[in-house]
Amino acid sequence: MTSVTLVNGSKWGERRYLAGAIVALVLIVLPTLNRELPVFGTGADWLAYPMHIMVLIMIWSLAYTSWSLMGRFGLVSLGHGAFMGIGAYGTALLWNYAGLTPWIGIPISLALVAAVAFIVGYPCFRFRIVGHYFALVTLALSEIVRQVIMATRDYTGGSLGFTPTPYGDGFSLYALQFSDRTVFYYVALASWAFGLWIWWRVDRSMDRFALEAISEDEDASAAAGIWVTREKLKITILSAVMTGFAGILYMQYQQFISPDTVSGIAISLQIVFAVVAGGIYVMFGPTVGAIITILLAESLRVAIGVSMVGLDTTIYGILLVLFIIFLPKGVLGGILDWLSRRKAG
Amino acid sequence: MEQIFDIYLLEALINGLLFGGVLALLSLGLNLIFGVIDVVWICYAEIVMFGMYAIYWLHAVYGIPIVPAALLAIALTGAMGFLVHYLVISPILGSPPINQLLATGGLLFFLQSFATLLWGIEFRNLGLRLPVLQWGELYFSYARLLAFGIAVIGMIAIYLFLTRTYIGTAIRAISQDREIMTLMGVDSRRVYLVTSVVGGSLAGLAACLLVLQYDVHPFVGLSFGPITFVICVLGGLGNMIGGFIAAFILSEIISIGGFYAELEWGYVLAFAVFIVVMFIRPEGILSKKS
Repeated sequence: MTSVTLVNGSKWGERRYLAGAIVALVLIVLPTLNRELPVFGTGADWLAYPMHIMVLIMIWSLAYTSWSLMGRFGLVSLGHGAFMGIGAYGTALLWNYAGLTPWIGIPISLALVAAVAFIVGYPCFRFRIVGHYFALVTLALSEIVRQVIMATRDYTGGSLGFTPTPYGDGFSLYALQFSDRTVFYYVALASWAFGLWIWWRVDRSMDRFALEAISEDEDASAAAGIWVTREKLKITILSAVMTGFAGILYMQYQQFISPDTVSGIAISLQIVFAVVAGGIYVMFGPTVGAIITILLAESLRVAIGVSMVGLDTTIYGILLVLFIIFLPKGVLGGILDWLSRRKAG
Repeated sequence: MEQIFDIYLLEALINGLLFGGVLALLSLGLNLIFGVIDVVWICYAEIVMFGMYAIYWLHAVYGIPIVPAALLAIALTGAMGFLVHYLVISPILGSPPINQLLATGGLLFFLQSFATLLWGIEFRNLGLRLPVLQWGELYFSYARLLAFGIAVIGMIAIYLFLTRTYIGTAIRAISQDREIMTLMGVDSRRVYLVTSVVGGSLAGLAACLLVLQYDVHPFVGLSFGPITFVICVLGGLGNMIGGFIAAFILSEIISIGGFYAELEWGYVLAFAVFIVVMFIRPEGILSKKS
């Protein structure tokens, strides 16, 4: 992590903000378009499918952005699947068995996520568990959560998955269940924007410099007066809680969760890889990673159908290896590097 | 009633011991690679999975006798070990270690979904019925006993290879000091490749033993991959004796936990013990406390 450069610095000038404002406007206005228009020759809701994909992209982008908060400082966690799982299953179980509205269930689940992040994070940072060791300790955490979900299958449904009990006619603010996709679109959009805002705040904070110093040399930064354990713990808990929230959003949107979709080592790795593919050091890198991975999976599914199960992840796996070897800064990081080099002449 | 209870517990203990042999063999290959090349192959269990498929196809489908089929499978995984190092690890040897871990993680996805693409997701069984042994009131599966025996023989062979051969000595030397040994005239690229081939072959040997007891499917790696990594870390990454002891500790925890509750709780307990031990001894169970 030696060459952390501010590729999204001021070189782009004001045009960046203009482009951002236009994209934001398009995203906000999109659902208000006339759904009945016979765009593709049919009178059906032509926006339903694109919006579904966009909601998924935004939810996963939030998870990926949260991971990159700590991942960019060399804190490679393979335990974020656990945080997603705790958030999603916590809220859903409280709703089904305790009758608690997600308005109360979400804070409780997120508090639980923060507590788990603290319990695992504190000793890790206190006793200087870094690098491979940190990755593998957090991997064990992922596996614990998955095995607990499997072991308590009488309540969680195990590998068969879990569905939150529907409430009323499917549109309820109390249960946070919306059969109408538009509502969730805005919820996901706001959450995604909020995640980016957090990233931006961290990027411009003193903590960022402290964490960068720590990732370069822990002893030297401790000697320079940085409270290493505290800095690492802060970013880990923030990252874990945001990931847990993404898990909850996913659960409320899909109304179905299973260990394969929100917990375990496979999801943890998926999070890491999407970020690496998109670009770990830039703000929109994780979002680009989510767009690439979800569009790749969806377009292959549409083009080839389900007859060739596994083709998308096969290509995805090869791409990841190639990315790490040839483009370790990811797609967006690589593009921004190239642009700034070209500008510099 | 008390008497029978104890017998079952004893059976669980012995089964744990036998299971530990296979886990020890699995972690041995990973530990060897880590100790020498300083890389964690996250895809190690997937190489084992390919080995299992190889035996399944060679033996159950093409009818090749089991021993030559096993040898061919070991050769295949050895070749895979070579390719993993040659194509993926060696171009990025100089980059941060975590990148190497992630690159092999990409391979994990690739191997898993490539297997899905080639052979589908159904569970395949070798169809080899091995007898159940009875000793007094205790019952053991012959497959597990065989696996344990071969695992022990495999480990002794690796020990002899590392201590009695020239290249084995070079491997041990390079794991002690990477920079100095190249100055001493050891060709580190060759040592890395040999280590990868040996590590891959050990994955193949583990595959031979696992395929006797478990069905093979593309995601089988996920069911014993994490526990293998945890064993290596618990023993101290690169410390083969530590890994050996850790394998038996964790397999007993899983087996006894599975005896009192469900098998999943055994795993939960094993992973929890691992995390707690990591906090007490971050460098593994055999490290000297600093």
